Amino acid sequence: MSLTEYDADRPPEKPRRRGGGKRRRRRGLGDVGMGDGSREGAVVEDVEIERSDEYDSYYGRPVVKAPPWKAPIAVYLFLGGVAGGSGLLAFGAQCTGRPVLRRNARLTALGTVGLGTLALIEDLGRPERFLNMMRTVKVTSPMSLGTWVVGGFASLSGVLGALEVDRLAGEKLPLGALRPLLRAAEGPASLGQVALAPLLASYTGALLGNTVVPTWEAGRGHLPYLFASSASLAAGGAAMVTTPVAEAGPARLLTVAGVAGDVASMHLMKESMHPLEREPLETGTPGKLLTWAERLAIAGGIGTLLGGRHRVVAAVSGAALLTASALTRFGVLNAGLESVKDPRRVIEPQKARLAVRRAAGITDDSITTAG
Amino acid sequence: MSLLAGAEGPAAEAGWGHDHERKGFFTDTSICIGCKACEVACKEWNRNPIDGNLEILGSSYDNTGELGANTWRHVAFVEQGQERIEEARESGRKLVSLGMPGIGPKSSGPRGATPAGDLSQTDRTPPDTPEFRWLMSSDVCKHCTNAGCLDVCPTGAIFRSEFGSVVVQQDVCNGCGTCVSACPFGVIERRDDGTVSPHANREEKIDRMGTASKCTLCYDRLVDGEEPACSATCPTQSITFGDHPDLAAEAKQRVADLHARGMTEARLYGTNPKDGVGGTGSVFLLLDEPEVYGLPPDPQVPTKSLPMLYARTGLAAAGMVAAVALSFLGARR
Repeated sequence: MSLTEYDADRPPEKPRRRGGGKRRRRRGLGDVGMGDGSREGAVVEDVEIERSDEYDSYYGRPVVKAPPWKAPIAVYLFLGGVAGGSGLLAFGAQCTGRPVLRRNARLTALGTVGLGTLALIEDLGRPERFLNMMRTVKVTSPMSLGTWVVGGFASLSGVLGALEVDRLAGEKLPLGALRPLLRAAEGPASLGQVALAPLLASYTGALLGNTVVPTWEAGRGHLPYLFASSASLAAGGAAMVTTPVAEAGPARLLTVAGVAGDVASMHLMKESMHPLEREPLETGTPGKLLTWAERLAIAGGIGTLLGGRHRVVAAVSGAALLTASALTRFGVLNAGLESVKDPRRVIEPQKARLAVRRAAGITDDSITTAG
Repeated sequence: MSLLAGAEGPAAEAGWGHDHERKGFFTDTSICIGCKACEVACKEWNRNPIDGNLEILGSSYDNTGELGANTWRHVAFVEQGQERIEEARESGRKLVSLGMPGIGPKSSGPRGATPAGDLSQTDRTPPDTPEFRWLMSSDVCKHCTNAGCLDVCPTGAIFRSEFGSVVVQQDVCNGCGTCVSACPFGVIERRDDGTVSPHANREEKIDRMGTASKCTLCYDRLVDGEEPACSATCPTQSITFGDHPDLAAEAKQRVADLHARGMTEARLYGTNPKDGVGGTGSVFLLLDEPEVYGLPPDPQVPTKSLPMLYARTGLAAAGMVAAVALSFLGARR
């Protein structure tokens, strides 16, 4: 349409495209008319419209949210595992008369649980309110039960650790009247520590499993086994680093058992998952971390089996195993955080399980109803 | 104690011991016009900050994005062509033929009933033409019967109110973030950023910083006998607030009406007390599959599998003890 004679000078209009579909409309400034001033220029830059042609999600936005858990939580998962395993080793060493292993395992337990607790508090949105965790005991909350396990374990480890430091210092700590009290508490404290230790090592599996984060939800049946195994190999590794080979025999055996359990439960967990839920464990950074975790665990296990009686080989294997456990925790945590980003990982498995139930004749438990 | 509340109502299970009916929302998306008045009313009443910077998201008229710590009402916009409308109509029809309670489909016939009076001069074309439609839906916290966030909160900061809603006490919450990963609908979030004032004066203190936050069903208004800000402001009655049993009945009647007009794409979301979260306090009437609106098709409260998970944890712990015991027995000196 021409309104004035000067319109003839205007270059011919390009045909407008309709119903863009997946085609992207991107126009340069000249195209919109800013070039020669003949047409009104666009004030706002042209926005690219995403069309959700597939209608399998809402513009590819996540359906569920990842918890605001960062590296400190992975560090805690690792340290809590080392602490739990060390608590068990300390008790065994106490019963079988291995004083160096007992001392080292108790000190490891105290150090790791202490640092782990700090990492937990650091990751809170309001760290100054961490004591609010102790307002209640809630069976439906693995976080609540776990807090009580950590708190109890840390307190008892404090008693046992103080005793060991006192012995190391030749009973020169200014404990005064506390010393006989601490001595009297050693038996009950070590019993309490060994009771809480395996729970400390495995409850974190329930903590991650009791979520709707696709990869953790799908792995909830296997995460406690994976984490208990990872804790075993890490605690064994820590003892192999700190303790002479003569007393570290049980730690070596525990390590080998831990490696077997770790590799097996990781594979079983992956096999039980929907491909979309498994993918974050095998690709990207978490995939790399977990691949290296497995390699280091196997290498450390072989090193332990073949050269565990050699002090240097034992220490190197122990370090490899500790690294493997840390990588496993970082890998699993980050795979979960990654898995919520793609809504298909939530929607597809859910549609699949709904379809399975419907095929089995269960049609009364859907959230979507016709009336 | 029971791990999960029964269908008769969460408020009763919470031990309030009074006769408040469970309150909730019915969001009828078929009459939502996408004005976002609910979003604005919610932000203003609850003094919620904006999320990050103002930006155009390129997803139809939705520049809010999603529900979160700072957004407790979110209007979704979806543009659909003829093909998808047919598919939605078909998937809705299938829900009826699954043997679920409902009414039979009427595939032919006029769309949209004629109102009374002289309408000879009125344009009677339905606004929702068969060639194109715009889905708009105001999403909100579901206030589940079995609420994952409430179950996993380790501090007891999240509680069940006397109105059956799920509310966070922001002065108790320490921001551990466990609830965020326990919500099957991705509603609750920890408030880690947000601004309420222009860049020039950023010193203003923001409420609820570092703690979990979500829709409270306007708890502060309810205790004063008022209705929530969003439903009070909704100009089309797309959002209605009331006693939960009444809303569910109203929602079922509305679906029946729409089906009778041939709009078999209409379906309810959240009215079934047997679903994975025990039914929701906020029920929705949708015109397509839930995932189109960003809602999960089969949400399950994680606590449901907690007994299994605790059993596995116990087994793993026992296995670890056995491994340590065997290691000490098997080790040579």
